[in-house]
Amino acid sequence: MSKVAQLTKGILRENPIFVLVLGMCPTLATTSSAFNGMGMGLATTFVLLSSNVVISAIARFIPDKVRIPSYIVVIATFVTIVDLVMQAYATKLYESLGIFIPLIVVNCIVLGRAEAFANKNTIFDSLLDGLGMGIGFTFALTLLGSVREMLGNFSIFGLPIIPKEPFWLKEVFFHDPILVFVLAPGAFIALAYLIAIFNRFKK
Amino acid sequence: MEYLIIIIAAIFVNNVVLAQFLGICPFLGVSSKISTSAGMSGAVTFVMVLATIVTFLLQHYVLNPLGIGYMQTIVFILVIASLVQMVEIILKKLSPVLYQALGIFLPLITTNCAVLGVAILVIKKNFNLVEGVVYAAASAIGFGLALVVLAGIREHLDLANVPKGMKGAPIALLTAGILALAFMGFAGIVK
Repeated sequence: MSKVAQLTKGILRENPIFVLVLGMCPTLATTSSAFNGMGMGLATTFVLLSSNVVISAIARFIPDKVRIPSYIVVIATFVTIVDLVMQAYATKLYESLGIFIPLIVVNCIVLGRAEAFANKNTIFDSLLDGLGMGIGFTFALTLLGSVREMLGNFSIFGLPIIPKEPFWLKEVFFHDPILVFVLAPGAFIALAYLIAIFNRFKK
Repeated sequence: MEYLIIIIAAIFVNNVVLAQFLGICPFLGVSSKISTSAGMSGAVTFVMVLATIVTFLLQHYVLNPLGIGYMQTIVFILVIASLVQMVEIILKKLSPVLYQALGIFLPLITTNCAVLGVAILVIKKNFNLVEGVVYAAASAIGFGLALVVLAGIREHLDLANVPKGMKGAPIALLTAGILALAFMGFAGIVK
């Protein structure tokens, strides 16, 4: 597989959310707005990238029997780094993501890539794979966050999408946003339709 | 009374799956049959309560006195992973019947984020040990409830004519969404 394909396969063809349907918990929980979704995506990308690189570098030295616990320690280390850095420099995002930052550790995507890819490929390939999967994950979370924010709050990245003028446009067509989309049920419903649309256009 | 509030809040109002989004992977993965989902719920209840006790003691008697609270994530996940292994070995030896029933679900629980999530939440909410255990047990029951209800619906969905693109994950998510809408009706019962 070429290097470019290694990088881009995670974005559409093997997108972790829309195709593999992995890592559902943070996907549903942190996408109440586009910004939160993107923040979660970037944090996971960092962990995915770093753990992929380190695991592919040390995989040869780890006995097969203690493979999974060792990977979990590597992943948990990077998650702790993200946790502390975000707490210091992005406090507001840290508070809105809450418990889902430490929970990156049990995100199936991260351990899945370590087990399925990083431990039997070169460091550079693992880096590309981690980056590609991370971008695909971030793309999916940002998309889901944008859809939910647009429907549930009439805004995207905090910017209103309904023009103030003319006055009747808002009054007649866009009276109230569909609040349920920023609440829990909206997450399930929006993701269900996004995956369905994705399936429809896949082939 | 206090405990009753914790129980009702954890099972219905802040249901661990449908309101807090913890443990979605097994929720979607093993919810196609009622019997398997009941087995999974049993295993989760067992591990969740045990993990909460162990992590609570570790946090308050090891991590906090040593001033290394930031090691929480690493320590907790290792404890849960080894606990699951241990439970598996002990069950196999002591109670083959229970092992038969729960055995295949145990390895899956390590990556069930509800277990780690509840362990962290108990620390975050400043519960004492008894409250923590009650909260963990109630959360696990809430998980089981959501899982079994979804499994019941999905067994019937097998007979329905689902549009091609909606087959599999999308229809399960959509069902879960409607279930979550129903559970929103409980909001306001507690506080």
